[in-house]
Amino acid sequence: MNELVFFINNVIVAGSVTGSIYAIGAVGVTLIFSIMRFAHFAHADMMTFGAAMVLLLTLAFPGVGSAVGLPTAVVMLPLAMALTALLAVGVDRAFYKPLRAHGVKPIVMVIASLGVTLMLQGVIRLFAGTSGRSLYIGERKEIYRLELPFEAITRPVIVTEPQVILFVLTIAAVVGLHLFLSRSRLGKAMRAMSDNPDLALASGINTNTIVAVTWVIAGSLAAIAGTLLSLDVTFKPDLSFFLLLPIFAAAIVGGVGHPYGAIAGGFVVGFAETLAVFNWTVLLRPFQQHFPGWLELPRNLAFVGTEYKIVVPFFILVAILVWRPTGLFKGKVIT
Amino acid sequence: MTDTPRSQPPARRFPRREVILFAALLVAVLGVYAMMGVAYSTRMLVEAACYAILALGLTIQWGYAGQFNAGVMGFVALGGFAAMFFSIPVNDAFWDSELPGELGLALLYLLGAALVVYGATKLDRLGVPKRLRTVIAIVLAVVLYLAVISVLRGVTGEIESRAGFIGGLGLPAWTGWIVGGMLAGGIGYFIGHICLGLRSDYLAIATLGIAEIIKAFLKNSDWLTRGTATVSPLPWPTPGAGDLGFVLSRSLYLSVTAVMIAAIFFLLHRAYHAPWGRMIRAIRDNEVSAAAMGKDINRRRLEIFVLGCILMGIGGAALTSFNGIFDPQGFLPLNHTFLVLVMVILGGPGNNLGTIFGAVAVYLIWIMSEPLALFLMQLAVSFGEGVFGWDAPGHLGSRALQARVFVIGLLITLVLRFAPKGLLPEKVRHHG
Amino acid sequence: MPLLEARDVYGGYGGMNILNGVNLAIEADEIGVIVGPNGAGKSTMLKAVFGLLAVSQGEILLRGEPIHNLPANKLVQKGMGFIPQEHNVFPSLTVQENLEMGAYLKPENVKRMLEEVYAFFPPLRDKRHQSAGELSGGQRQMVAMGRALMAEPSLLLLDEPTAGLSPLYMNEIFERVKEINAAGVGILMVEQNAKQALAIADKGFVLAAGQNRFTDTGAALLADPEVARSFLGG
Repeated sequence: MNELVFFINNVIVAGSVTGSIYAIGAVGVTLIFSIMRFAHFAHADMMTFGAAMVLLLTLAFPGVGSAVGLPTAVVMLPLAMALTALLAVGVDRAFYKPLRAHGVKPIVMVIASLGVTLMLQGVIRLFAGTSGRSLYIGERKEIYRLELPFEAITRPVIVTEPQVILFVLTIAAVVGLHLFLSRSRLGKAMRAMSDNPDLALASGINTNTIVAVTWVIAGSLAAIAGTLLSLDVTFKPDLSFFLLLPIFAAAIVGGVGHPYGAIAGGFVVGFAETLAVFNWTVLLRPFQQHFPGWLELPRNLAFVGTEYKIVVPFFILVAILVWRPTGLFKGKVIT
Repeated sequence: MTDTPRSQPPARRFPRREVILFAALLVAVLGVYAMMGVAYSTRMLVEAACYAILALGLTIQWGYAGQFNAGVMGFVALGGFAAMFFSIPVNDAFWDSELPGELGLALLYLLGAALVVYGATKLDRLGVPKRLRTVIAIVLAVVLYLAVISVLRGVTGEIESRAGFIGGLGLPAWTGWIVGGMLAGGIGYFIGHICLGLRSDYLAIATLGIAEIIKAFLKNSDWLTRGTATVSPLPWPTPGAGDLGFVLSRSLYLSVTAVMIAAIFFLLHRAYHAPWGRMIRAIRDNEVSAAAMGKDINRRRLEIFVLGCILMGIGGAALTSFNGIFDPQGFLPLNHTFLVLVMVILGGPGNNLGTIFGAVAVYLIWIMSEPLALFLMQLAVSFGEGVFGWDAPGHLGSRALQARVFVIGLLITLVLRFAPKGLLPEKVRHHG
Repeated sequence: MPLLEARDVYGGYGGMNILNGVNLAIEADEIGVIVGPNGAGKSTMLKAVFGLLAVSQGEILLRGEPIHNLPANKLVQKGMGFIPQEHNVFPSLTVQENLEMGAYLKPENVKRMLEEVYAFFPPLRDKRHQSAGELSGGQRQMVAMGRALMAEPSLLLLDEPTAGLSPLYMNEIFERVKEINAAGVGILMVEQNAKQALAIADKGFVLAAGQNRFTDTGAALLADPEVARSFLGG
């Protein structure tokens, strides 16, 4: 039964981790889309920017974490979120707002966001370098081994400290977002503007404020997602387009403009990725003796190699565009 | 500025802006020749010419039809692969073994499996309930996919260990260029077919994705492309430097690309002013009224998108052949997507002449900025050392590269804001 | 001083003028109705009043103060409410959230005004937790009117409030408009159902080709044989 533990470690845990990261990223993309009606291609680099801020702050104040009992990077996260939110609002003011004022087509905004993504890439790599780095500086990643109370199982389920932090933060972010959107005046106004921008204006809602709030939320969430990703593995400054595709796929699967759908979409894409690279031979091997003799199990029975992981979100994207372009949860804007 | 009175045919206007810009460009090119030598400068011009073909591909997609392709790199890489595969010598170690047969068999399995799955999706015609049909089709697809991919993995592993890779076909390079264009067009058809009825954002996302996938495939399929080990040298369609010397051989190559550009330019010009081109622009400018006039919008859009992809494939093939090396890791979004994008939006989307101008001018700046950026970085470092006593950061070259990434990004946003029609705007006339 | 006055207003989209000199004036307690054939610029004029359309010439005054080309949220602050003809609710928000959006600029009033609106449109109280997109056309129109009333406007602009409604609802809406007006809110309304609308109107404005053709009291316009022949269908 150790195979089952292997499955839990490699699919359930890993899928939840990737799914959470994609979900938080996709919520930002979908919020921006529902308010400003364009696909924000700079979102992945905004995530990386947030993580880079955490890295720089951790390098600057290495001892802080041990005083609180958390990894320093997590202590620095709120500050990095604020900086990323500031960046997002600043980028909007400098580059997107003038184009919006001209009333350009959404696709021009897309191209502008590609320009922004390049600028961010340049800045991040100029200061944080191009190689991967751990956010744990002078600290140890705790690893929790959970022994399962079955005799047949000798291997433990493994969860690391950053993964626990990740689950807690994801739940906090989702609950916080839900309360904001359903209870607060600004959150309701945001949903109103996403529903019907003209009527929101006619109700006296200041759409500039809503746009700024959207960027603050999207920027903060991007910082969380980027940091969680970097905590789980390492900080990699060159993920950009490899992150963008699964995040967009998640947002579209969930129905563009639909925050709860984006969360679900993030987990769909995250689990699809881990299931696709999982070697199914591991699970089938115990049943080998039941197979006919001519059927020999290949050593590697994964759908795609890890080097082709990016095919998975693309395939999901294509499938959803072909069969259900509104997404699983019926998004708002497709044409 | 260049706005002509609508009543006059624009042909009679003296193209002052064009003449000035191209004269300045000529001066700049001559300056490069004087400074960097003939061989170097001719190489630069050939590369710029290849980029001009890519840019023409993008300008018809974006400028003519308003479709944004964010994955030029992928189509360039496909073209490059085709150029490599067709032109390099035959690998006897592969063909003399039983491996070709096994590979053929594996591909035959693949075809068979695809047919079986396709058949399963039509089971409802035989009275199978739709839901059951879908389940059967999906299960079949998963099982057959796993079976075929296992066979394929075995064969490709064998090829890698025994023959290195399957080698080429040993044909003239231009056959590869044509096939490269066709391959790119095929992928373009696939993507376009899915996305063109939807929001334009989706096309950008999908092309961005397919470009990374093509690159990942070429990089990791060692049996087909030698992957990171790279393939070189690639033969040219014209006599190489060994026969004629650098200058003459490169000039010959340049004239081939120039003829290609001229042909493409002429054909596009004809098409643009034909009813087909007018229809394309009518669709771009006012989709609703074009649809109301009974024009098959998605059909026309697909045509133009595929055409643009074909040009990118051909341009990518020409570029890769000229570089003489097929290195999948050398295809970069910055160099092969965004640089082309800058050329198009700076030169004038939808204006072929402007696009060619943009391609040559931007490529010239791009090449010349490399030493310049390094020089400026060094200046900043020595300034820092002198004044603040900084330690010079390592990897100065890579930092200079990042500065260029930043500048390209800034350029894109600035042009969109301040010169959205480019230096040579498309001459819009009433669709008559 | 009239509550709303428009003097010789010109305006349109993309350089093409649709309004070619429109004049209107209504007092604080009046109902003004704009009628006219399709394409006469009725809805365009309403949009111009509410700052959704650039006015190229002429002026629009609210209590003597120029308001043309002010952004919509400023006009809401000044006591104007606008109910567009289509897309006049937030479909994914609940009925109550829709109403709350109406009082966005006066959050302290939400509780009191919700009670007033629910008292005015009792069916909405039962449906307050349903999303507005699920309601019928007539109920949506109630939500739209309720949303606009939440801001306690002194002037309400309605763009064809009865379009596409069944006759039953149509009468209900006209009754409601009269009641709102009786409570002291000035009304400017564009209507296709010209006869019914003019019947409740204090002032009527018949537009054609972006200009005033007839301007008089509602009753006088209804009685005018020429108006009846050319604009009211005999």
